[in-house]
Amino acid sequence: MITKLFSSTVILGILASGIRLATPYLYAAIGETFGQRSGVLNLGVEGQMLLGAFAAFYVSWRTGNLWLGLLAAIIVGAVMGLAMAFVTVNLHAEQGISGIGFYLFGLGMSDLLFQKLVGTVKTIQGFPALHIPVLSDIPVLGEVFFSHNILVYGAYALVPIAWFVLNKTTLGLKIRSIGENPQAADSLGISVAAVRYYTIIQGGILSGIAGASLSIGLLNVFQQNMTSGLGFIAVALVYFGAWRPLGVLGGALLFSMVNAFQLWLQVLGVPIPSDLAVMLPYVLTILVLVAAASKVRAPSALAKPFEREA
Amino acid sequence: MRAWLDTLIDALLPLAATLLALLVGAVMLLFLKVNPVVAYKALLVGAFGSTNAIAETLVKATPLLLVGLGICISFQGNVINIGGEGQMIVGAILGTLVGLTLTDWPGWLVITLAMVAGFIGGAIWGGIPGVLKAYFGVNEILSTVMMNAIAVQLMNYLLRGPMIDPAQAAMASKIPQTARLPMDFRLPRLVPTRLHLGALIALILAFLVYIFLWRTVWGYRIRAVGKNPHASRYAGINVKRYVVLALLLSGAFAGLAGVIQVYGVNYRMITDGSSTGFTGGAGFNGIVAALFGNLHPIGTIPASILFGALLVGANKMQRVVQVPSALITALNGLVVVFVVSSEIWRRKRQRRRLSSDQSDAGGGEGEDAPVQESPADEPQPEVQG
Repeated sequence: MITKLFSSTVILGILASGIRLATPYLYAAIGETFGQRSGVLNLGVEGQMLLGAFAAFYVSWRTGNLWLGLLAAIIVGAVMGLAMAFVTVNLHAEQGISGIGFYLFGLGMSDLLFQKLVGTVKTIQGFPALHIPVLSDIPVLGEVFFSHNILVYGAYALVPIAWFVLNKTTLGLKIRSIGENPQAADSLGISVAAVRYYTIIQGGILSGIAGASLSIGLLNVFQQNMTSGLGFIAVALVYFGAWRPLGVLGGALLFSMVNAFQLWLQVLGVPIPSDLAVMLPYVLTILVLVAAASKVRAPSALAKPFEREA
Repeated sequence: MRAWLDTLIDALLPLAATLLALLVGAVMLLFLKVNPVVAYKALLVGAFGSTNAIAETLVKATPLLLVGLGICISFQGNVINIGGEGQMIVGAILGTLVGLTLTDWPGWLVITLAMVAGFIGGAIWGGIPGVLKAYFGVNEILSTVMMNAIAVQLMNYLLRGPMIDPAQAAMASKIPQTARLPMDFRLPRLVPTRLHLGALIALILAFLVYIFLWRTVWGYRIRAVGKNPHASRYAGINVKRYVVLALLLSGAFAGLAGVIQVYGVNYRMITDGSSTGFTGGAGFNGIVAALFGNLHPIGTIPASILFGALLVGANKMQRVVQVPSALITALNGLVVVFVVSSEIWRRKRQRRRLSSDQSDAGGGEGEDAPVQESPADEPQPEVQG
């Protein structure tokens, strides 16, 4: 049994599904990275993902067009982000608690709409695996790295883009300075409000896509509370990745591999109760938070509302 | 006079937030082609329409109040405990184990021991994130959410395996639930409805928590740490210890809520397979109730009844106009968002009052501390030791 676990098919299987499963983490956590670098802690990610997942599923199911579904998820994410931005930037609401409010809203609302508009669990045909000429045909590697759908590739493409924007552009500089010292940035004429609106709405959009990547890319269904804590883990990954896109990538891969490993344990019938195996990623999150907390420093203005001196 | 008016406005703000949420809910209902007047009327009748309905409302309010009391303690200490669900579950697990093990002990003793066990279970599940926050700098919101997920899996594992009802284990269906507790172990009912002693216990505890927070040194220090950890440290308070205490107590009350659900309502521990199981989402909704009650134990009493009513009424609404009760989860989320958003007006008034108080003393507001509220009418820390 244990030897079977280390056979090449299983290891390749874990790698391939691990790479796939990292997708929602990547979208959500990269979005959250931008928000936190600008000093905003968005804990509503899970709710945004759920609504995005539902919107993508529902529109794809009704129209048969996956791209329209993805667009719907983007719009829903943007609207949720806009609301979050107004509450945190203009009303200076406590970010931790308002985020939980948005989470509950997304949780209830996606369930309500699902029950009213869809009713029973239905599967749809999600984004198909993209066949890349030559690369996909490489024997083992093609299977592991180049047999995924477009949303998976999009997530990985996002990492270098996010790194570039944060580190090499004026916008990135503004975001980082606002996260460290909004008073100073403000005195230099940077609009703290505008930049935070931008990062929060972008975070909402990416969370929406993260949800869509589940409902029309990986699982191709919608179910009540289908994210089951994934959005919160994504927030934790930002801490783990030390607020850097590359670190987030590492964290996302670590998590998805652990998840894939856990799923394969069940597939192979290893005698570990599945309920305990499912615990693994959550326990790992806590351990990872402990490890991350001791070695890196959060953006100074994180979760602090900005008020201009009179 | 001014202070009296301020208290009134403070109490009315959450009410306005709720009305606004209900208004948004009405718009959503219109989109779903449901008449909101009919829906809300069904909700009201379902919650208060008969003696039974009122009793059900109070039954639902009980875990909300208990969890809410814990939330009052932790949020007053500026520690955000989102782990009510997990703490309820672990409390219930330990409490149920007591009842299933000591089957031939007298009922009153077992119930008492079970409550103690639940209190301890919740305290452990809340204490772990407390220690992680105080000594390792781990964000407690994230750790408590993870602890929820772990507790749910633990419950699923135990109820499907070691703790499963032997009768279910023999059947093919294998519903994940424990055996039924003996009759003597049920919490006594107060009136010929499902209202049980737990409601009274929760009510008494609300007053005790008030006394704890405002009349004891420990409670005072928790609040001082919550208002201003730096000043508290200079005043000689061991800040870390009180962060742990706040989360530990917060979890303990949720654990108690879990036990009381088992011994007062279900008489066994059960998961319906959903992500929440037997808690009915009280671990989250208790946060809503506590915020609504301005994080004051006494204010949380009517707040719990209100949200208990929403939950009970939602079932009726589901039957009458076919609106899934998930609507209430969504509305609760909006209430949270609106209540924390309305804080800005409270802070503004507080600041105005403070600056008018201090104008003759010549004191300004000092350096900027946007999150920390000025400790308005509280005495300055004079803690010894």
